[in-house]
Amino acid sequence: MAEVTSTAEATATTTGERIPTIVVDDVHVIYRVYGAGTPGTGSPVASLRRLVTGARPGRVREVHAIKGVSFTSYRGEAIGLIGSNGSGKSTMLRAIAGLLPVDRGAIYTMGQPSLLGVNAALMNDLTGERNVELGCLAMGMSKADVRRLTPSIIEFSGINDRGDFASLPMRTYSSGMAARLRFAIAAAKRHDVLLIDEALATGDARFRRRSEKRVRELRGEAGTVFLVSHTINSIRDTCERSIWLESGVIRMDGPTDDVVKEYESFMNSK
Amino acid sequence: MAGTTVADPGSGLTPAELAARHGLTVAGQRPSLPAYIRQLWAYRNFIGSYANARVVASFSSSRLGRLWQVLTPLTNAAVYYLIFGVVLNTRGNVPNFIAYLCTGLFVFIYTQTVVSNGVQAITSNLGLIRALNFPRAALPISMTIIQLQNLLASMLVLIGIVLVTGEPITAEWLLVGPALLLQSVFNLGLGLAFARLGSKLPDLKQVMPFVMRTWMYGSAVLYSADLFARHLPEWAARLLHANPMLVYIELMRDALLAEAPLASSSLALWTLGVGWALLFGVGGFVYFWLGEQEYGRG
Repeated sequence: MAEVTSTAEATATTTGERIPTIVVDDVHVIYRVYGAGTPGTGSPVASLRRLVTGARPGRVREVHAIKGVSFTSYRGEAIGLIGSNGSGKSTMLRAIAGLLPVDRGAIYTMGQPSLLGVNAALMNDLTGERNVELGCLAMGMSKADVRRLTPSIIEFSGINDRGDFASLPMRTYSSGMAARLRFAIAAAKRHDVLLIDEALATGDARFRRRSEKRVRELRGEAGTVFLVSHTINSIRDTCERSIWLESGVIRMDGPTDDVVKEYESFMNSK
Repeated sequence: MAGTTVADPGSGLTPAELAARHGLTVAGQRPSLPAYIRQLWAYRNFIGSYANARVVASFSSSRLGRLWQVLTPLTNAAVYYLIFGVVLNTRGNVPNFIAYLCTGLFVFIYTQTVVSNGVQAITSNLGLIRALNFPRAALPISMTIIQLQNLLASMLVLIGIVLVTGEPITAEWLLVGPALLLQSVFNLGLGLAFARLGSKLPDLKQVMPFVMRTWMYGSAVLYSADLFARHLPEWAARLLHANPMLVYIELMRDALLAEAPLASSSLALWTLGVGWALLFGVGGFVYFWLGEQEYGRG
């Protein structure tokens, strides 16, 4: 993949029209879950009865996670996605990144958006160094880039602060260390459209300061930043616009201060 | 609703028009076949290091480590020889039965593990697939590379067994390379096809062991292939002789063993071997590519 960065480009065309980076048009995302049936449907007898009677397998359940969301984001914007647990924020980001297919509607993007999450699967049986190499290659870096960046990634993650942990398997890391290393790997690349999923809540106070600084740098390089977080303060600090999702539909879309005020009064009223 | 939404209040365009006007592309769209191959090529380092990482990780908790890559085929050969060579005595008219048995066994296990890992290649890596954007075929491909590595370790054991049992080293041994190449292309296609099937049909994982065992009995791994001609009606025997696994096993036996009885002529074997490799290699790849944008769903 070619790394096209558009840092120097203006946020509007010469005619004053704003340049869209992501257009989300009436999108629906549905998960199909196997083996999550109601009690009693999992027994062999029940399975056999379904086979004999030809009933629909009750163990496939659909979860309608995003129900008709539409919005447009423009170059130079930082957008916060807020909402209670399970409201579809992470699903929305995955769909924008093209990792999860949509069932209806369409998402148009400029370039290839990158999802920066702390949940990227890394291998616990491998050393930190090997994980850095694997993660960077998976993001499409070349071998030479990986060799060049590895020391700075390990330095940034701070896993070597307490001895040489980079050469130990990741299963020996504390959960904070593992999360820090994952964030450091993901943040090592420059992105056109950057999607950040809860990453700012990672690690101790010292690392959080470092990672917030890195996110600001990435924002400067990227065209548009999306941030999913439950820490309202980090949304306030980084985003001027916010979208509030609830049960897969947009409740509000506008300036962060207004949206956050409504959101907080909604959360406190429950 | 889609048709009436105005994406940009200033311009009065629908979302699709606005996107088209600024050259935006649909997220997660499937690339064209040539573009997909180029992407995979760009990710070759990832494929290699992922395969390597999996092998290292799978042996990291055992004391003997990668020695198991050699010990596993040795143990396997010993067990099968004990049952089929000594207890049941299925050697028939095969002169060097232990080498004959091991050749078939190792060649078959190569395909068998590629298929069983292929079925889970997508489902067991959903976390990775949902977190990162890379051509998904990288996963089944690296699974096949891992099994090829294991097979090469098995080949060392096999060559040891063949030499110890007194087979001469001949120029025919050079045919091992092309035979392995054909089987690897065949396996790759098969692995890709099963990766897509496995991602759609979770139940396949339970069924596959039985399918593979049946296939093993139809591939004359544990006994001589002329048993088919003696015990089955003519058409069934013919059908089994075209079985790709039997073809690849016979190719290997033909290359390594001086007096192995073969079910088909050399020419027929090579023709079938190339045919199966092309059919499955190309077919499996295209079939996998057609499902590319769906794998994140699980």
